[in-house]
Amino acid sequence: MTLVTVLLVAAALIGIGVWGALAQQTFVMIMMGIELMVNGAILAGAGVWAYAAGGVPEGQVLVIVAMAVMAVEMAIGFALVVAVYRTRQADMTEGISTLKG
Amino acid sequence: MTSAAFAVFSAAAIWTGWRVFRTDSMVRASFLLLASFLNVGALCVLLLAEYLGTALLFMMTVEMVVMALFMVMFMMNPAGLNPMNMVHQPRFAIGAGVVATLGLGGVAVAGAFPDAPAAPIPATIRALGSELLGDSMLVFETAGVTLVATMVCAVMLSSARGRYGDDDGGSVAPPLEPDGDHRPEDDLVDDGGGHGHMHHGGH
Repeated sequence: MTLVTVLLVAAALIGIGVWGALAQQTFVMIMMGIELMVNGAILAGAGVWAYAAGGVPEGQVLVIVAMAVMAVEMAIGFALVVAVYRTRQADMTEGISTLKG
Repeated sequence: MTSAAFAVFSAAAIWTGWRVFRTDSMVRASFLLLASFLNVGALCVLLLAEYLGTALLFMMTVEMVVMALFMVMFMMNPAGLNPMNMVHQPRFAIGAGVVATLGLGGVAVAGAFPDAPAAPIPATIRALGSELLGDSMLVFETAGVTLVATMVCAVMLSSARGRYGDDDGGSVAPPLEPDGDHRPEDDLVDDGGGHGHMHHGGH
């Protein structure tokens, strides 16, 4: 377990999240892709904190902010899904292509 | 011992993260994402970030159970009873994922990071506690206020009726004549029942 291996695992998680968020059609699955990206970012933050930052507490505070971002993304994402579903009966990205150029 | 645990946890985190987007069942997908998060939490504990790992574990368990509830309420095929294709632009997405992985992995391999390992656990937890309630108090309080604002926004977005009328008022076409009825066929709201849910927009 070194900094490089931890960051490689984080890169793999972020890559899978990018793939999932771009390939999925339903809003909730897209949100899961974004969550997986934040997951990788948390792991990378913890790795850098543990190996390259000398364990300064500010590094952990940054990771806590990333976790708060994830909670906010979930809550607002679900609220948007509810609002879109109520007005358009759509749960897929293709269902709201009205403004598509 | 630590390297074996690291190998197991990281392989499990990546594998479950990949399976999230390969399963037909959305409930299974949310629990696979939970498994990925729990493995990253275990990795955080291995990295001496014990508080972060435990917080991630508790937070993600609740969050993914909420997500599974939403899947059952809203989405098609929540239990994966009939296989279906839920993806679009698959080639571009795979390419973007590979490019992201290779780019970030290249940074991890080629980057020159300082070598300053963290101290053992009691010191780091004590330091985090005094940081959160001392110098980083403002950051922590800001996160709390942000979460409260999120709750208010979520309730506003998801409520059917606000103080200025129905939430789909902007999607209803106005009448052609004053005091006339609006023409339902012009509505963007697809309340014609039945067919609106699954059809793929193809204008």
